[in-house]
Amino acid sequence: MSAPAPAPVDVLAAERPPAFRRLLKRPEIGALIAAVAVFLVFSAVADSFLRTSSFGTVLYAASTIGIMAVPVSLLMIAGEFDLSAGVLVTTAALISSMVSYQLTAVTWVGVLVSLLVVLAVSAFNGWMLSRTRLPSFIVTLGTFLMLTGANLGVTKLVTGTVTTKPISDMEGFAACRWLFASEVTVGGLTVKATVWWWLALLLAGSWVLLRTSFGNWIFAVGGDAAAARAVGVPVARTRTVLYLGVGFCAWVLGQHLLFSFDTVQSGEGVGNELIYIVAAVIGGCLITGGYGSVAGSALGALIFGMTSKGIVYAEWNPDWFKFFLGAMLLLAALLNAWVRRRVERGTGR
Amino acid sequence: MTRFPLRPFCAALVLTLALAGCSSTGGRRAEQARERAGAAGGAVDTPRWRVAMVTHAGAGDAFWDIVRKGAEQAAAKDNITLLYSNDAQTQNQVQLVQAAIDQRVDGLLVTLAKGDALGPVLAKAKAAGIPVITINSGQEFSARFGALTHIGQDETVAGQAAGATLDARGRKSVLCVIHEQGNVGQEQRCDGARSKFGGQFQTLYVDGVNMPDAKAAVSAKLQADPALDTVLTLSAPVAATGLQAIQDARRPVELDTFDLGTQVVAGLQAGTVGFAVDQQPYLQGYQGVDLLWLYRYNLDVLGGGKPVLTGPQVLTKDDAAALAQYVARGTR
Repeated sequence: MSAPAPAPVDVLAAERPPAFRRLLKRPEIGALIAAVAVFLVFSAVADSFLRTSSFGTVLYAASTIGIMAVPVSLLMIAGEFDLSAGVLVTTAALISSMVSYQLTAVTWVGVLVSLLVVLAVSAFNGWMLSRTRLPSFIVTLGTFLMLTGANLGVTKLVTGTVTTKPISDMEGFAACRWLFASEVTVGGLTVKATVWWWLALLLAGSWVLLRTSFGNWIFAVGGDAAAARAVGVPVARTRTVLYLGVGFCAWVLGQHLLFSFDTVQSGEGVGNELIYIVAAVIGGCLITGGYGSVAGSALGALIFGMTSKGIVYAEWNPDWFKFFLGAMLLLAALLNAWVRRRVERGTGR
Repeated sequence: MTRFPLRPFCAALVLTLALAGCSSTGGRRAEQARERAGAAGGAVDTPRWRVAMVTHAGAGDAFWDIVRKGAEQAAAKDNITLLYSNDAQTQNQVQLVQAAIDQRVDGLLVTLAKGDALGPVLAKAKAAGIPVITINSGQEFSARFGALTHIGQDETVAGQAAGATLDARGRKSVLCVIHEQGNVGQEQRCDGARSKFGGQFQTLYVDGVNMPDAKAAVSAKLQADPALDTVLTLSAPVAATGLQAIQDARRPVELDTFDLGTQVVAGLQAGTVGFAVDQQPYLQGYQGVDLLWLYRYNLDVLGGGKPVLTGPQVLTKDDAAALAQYVARGTR
């Protein structure tokens, strides 16, 4: 990669307004305010929400969404979707478990084979997209359905049941568990391994987006693919690399599920792809591409984690769970849009 | 000239209409009266304990609504606050159990459909001193995870009961309809039925939350295989859908099912449903909460280290009339 190029956000702020104004112009500011609002609401209504152990639970819930929201938001900034992201996580876990068990190999073998297969699926997504020029919505909808069927079909074929066999007594399991599913308790706060993975992926994703020329390509491809191609941006390669990023993160989360729960249910993951997209959108990503941030996706995941667990801590009637969740998300998105409009109008003065 | 007393007249008219419009039997008022009567009697003198119930149910599931009703009835009787939550995905159900531990509840009622995945989090519940009772499927895991007892039905045994009954009824070719891809309990039911049944036995996967699609799938299978003479469904809503598919097929196919519902009982009475294998969901919720209360109150444990079975009960036309009223009010 060439010398670090200035990020487009800075390009927009060419007049260099005051620091506070510049902070308000960031895509994730709406999500930040919404996250604080959601936090305050549940702190007020739920006694057990503010306990340190509850923080650990909320952080864990957020991390399992946030890990996937990082690549999904990058992909969305480039103007594309990946609807197969949810079941790809399950695929990664299933492959890892079944390869290790059937070959009686150390669990690392399964982990590596799983990475290769998942990356191959993602590369297929990217390749289909650039070769056929079909919308990514259709291409990944196809892989989503195929993976859903293959998850069940292959699992039943190999194990005879719909779940994988336990592998916790196999060699390498303990080390894999340490890497993907361990937990550290500091003063009552239990931090799971997924939280560290999430932080690392966030930093890496943000750095790539804001400090490298590849990041500029992402914005360019999402803003106007034809114009980007005209100035020499490798559009197809950029998209494929972003799909590979989704695959990598699905692999990380899939290994977490396997090594923390020991067995994998073949029918899971359906519907999660939308949650990742929601997290990215709340975090300030435009659904049409060309605008957004990785840090925002983390706030989106945090809002989701706080809301889904806060409703439980607040002891609200679970029949209404999805309603509360939807209302919270809509409010967060509205607040987000409102703040952004205010800021844009403000800069015109 | 005297003015017509419009205002009093209108008031009288409205009052008369309102009184005439009241039904003296049934309706919402009767339901409320029953609830008041239920709430008034039989209170215990124990403090207000909190019990969390975390299931793997999907939203709006008829079966789990009955389980929950049983749990709520027992909670009301035992002066317990019941915190119900559910999620069909493994990692989310585990997080809900963790949230219940964070809330420091006095007892925990959990379903084990996901088996091994719940082991670690239930160990945490044990470490936090929260008594755990497991309900519904997954009895083989219960004791290993440190639960006091398990209340439910062994799905394989239930399947075997269905298979033996199918044999006794002289069925030749059976289609077992699985409506949740990847549900271990449903696979066990079909496999159990297959093991005790002598004739032809096939399995069909349908989408249980998309009834038109499920109906079309069963219809297509009935058209494709004229030898089929029995459809075995695994839940009451799918049984109702199966009945419709059979009606469209216009040939004498018998429907048999697991679980009860109003349409299943009506079918039993009318003869369109051969038999239903029931596991008494109300009892699972009720007993779960009640046994947690007994444990806290008196350290009582039921079952002697073995699961307490609520099923299978094979119900036929003879039982249908007596059961109808309980099914209608949503407790059977």
